[in-house]
Amino acid sequence: MTPMRMQWKQPSVLPGFGLTMGLTLTYLSLLVLIPLGALGLRASGMGWGEFWAAVSDPRVVASYRLSLATALAAAAVNAVFGLLVAWVLVRYRFPGKRLVDAMVDLPFALPTAVSGITLTTLYAKTGWIGAWLDKVGISVAYTPVGITVALVFIGLPFVVRTLQPALEDLERETEEAAASLGANRWQTFRRVLFPSIWPALLAGFAMALARGLGEYGSVVFISGNLPMKTEIAPLLIVSKLEQYDYAGACAIAVVLLAASFALLLSINVLQGWSRRYQITT
Amino acid sequence: MSEAAAIPRAAPLRARPVRATTEPAAVRWLLIGAALGFLGLFLVVPLVAVFLQAVQGGLRLYWASITEPAARAAIRLTLWTALIAVPVNTVFGVAAAWAIAKFEFRGKQVLTTLIDLPFSVSPVVSGLVFVLLFGRNGWLGPWLEAHHLRIIFAVPGIVLATLFVTFPFVARELIPLMQAQGTEEEEAARVLGAGGWQIFWRVTLPNIKWGLLYGIILANGRAMGEFGAVSVVSGHIRGHTNTMPLHVEILYNEYNVTAAFAVASLLAMLALVTLALKSVLQWKVARDLAAATAQSSKGPRP
Repeated sequence: MTPMRMQWKQPSVLPGFGLTMGLTLTYLSLLVLIPLGALGLRASGMGWGEFWAAVSDPRVVASYRLSLATALAAAAVNAVFGLLVAWVLVRYRFPGKRLVDAMVDLPFALPTAVSGITLTTLYAKTGWIGAWLDKVGISVAYTPVGITVALVFIGLPFVVRTLQPALEDLERETEEAAASLGANRWQTFRRVLFPSIWPALLAGFAMALARGLGEYGSVVFISGNLPMKTEIAPLLIVSKLEQYDYAGACAIAVVLLAASFALLLSINVLQGWSRRYQITT
Repeated sequence: MSEAAAIPRAAPLRARPVRATTEPAAVRWLLIGAALGFLGLFLVVPLVAVFLQAVQGGLRLYWASITEPAARAAIRLTLWTALIAVPVNTVFGVAAAWAIAKFEFRGKQVLTTLIDLPFSVSPVVSGLVFVLLFGRNGWLGPWLEAHHLRIIFAVPGIVLATLFVTFPFVARELIPLMQAQGTEEEEAARVLGAGGWQIFWRVTLPNIKWGLLYGIILANGRAMGEFGAVSVVSGHIRGHTNTMPLHVEILYNEYNVTAAFAVASLLAMLALVTLALKSVLQWKVARDLAAATAQSSKGPRP
């Protein structure tokens, strides 16, 4: 391969570049870029004053705050338990491990409406888990706790699936070295293993957070949807649309999109960083 | 390994040596127990609950709930939507992967990121963008109305929203696999006189078939189960624009919980089939990928 950087594309004997590239760009533009661009244009057509008025409305601010708080809480829970699950799946042997490993993807595969109604039924005051929690005075369904439970369910695979390869890539030699230098297991984990997996952990956390901010189906049933109290940002978009308030819906959506793109960008940076980290260690 | 074997091993100091790179058995089982407890509570209990709730009213009621006309219409619409969206996105995914994996060009990274874009867009926003374009107050709304065409609150809107959310699945699965496999085999076929389609059908497709199937399975699962995006564009017209997930929502909100879970159980079965196929295919794709990497590391690298 000769480096011909001045050209847009390097020459190749293989056919089909024009056809496949043309198809890809046309389809991508029509289906994704133009519709997303329309959203941006619509929001920019509002003017700054109107946009600010739409996104600083107390009900909108409350929904952002709730979405962010519950998504952060759920991502934190998933960081802890996702690390535990990934660790157990990579490091230990136990009966049924392959089945458990496959089950981790259930939240990806189960349609969100199904998880929504199921979690609501389980955690309602009359449900299997809800009734039991009600006795100790904790109500989950129709509160922010319920929203967090739904987001924990949805976000778990992101953390586990990001951590598994990072844990598999750890070299046993570093642990042996730590042990031979007198470190106990906890010290080895904290000082040797954790520093090399934490970029992956952070990336998984960010992915779970991004998913949690935009999640709709699994949350609408369990949240109760009370304005100012349990109304998440995506739900507010839907109710604005139902009142034909397109501008208001757009404004909320643009902020939500900006947040998820910022997260996407940081995930890319983190993953590049963790890859470099693994090469240098 | 042979060098290590030559070094005589030190005699164990204790009767039962503890391996330095694992935890004591008690800690191990405690961690396994905690992990399984968490997964049991968050994954297994909900899954079991779906099926138990579905058959709560007896099998007769279950059968009636999934065969009544509105449910049948919802099942039909879901199948049709997937039948359109999955093949279209499969063709696109293969084309995109061919362009990205088999050629070197500028802006490849940007293109790959753009293809992944729909994954990071909230489902509700995915529906919203089409309402803005085709809805009553949307850009093309007046024109569509003048020509008596309906996209929003009609089947075309549902198909568009489903296309949008399932857009990256096949491409994202194929790109890394085809990049790892390189271009040597296709180039050899070319030199031996094969045409473009011949190369694709005879050389490339057999190499990527498991990865392709994997992407299709995931896209299909999402296409049949999508809720948020479809909910925004559908208008919830029973018997006409209700997909299965939307039908579940309507039944649930009408306090017809058993019927809601009956239809939900069908979607849960779909999820289980998807998971089973996924774990079988995952293994095959990992094998193909490992073979490709081994091949390329053996050969001379430019």
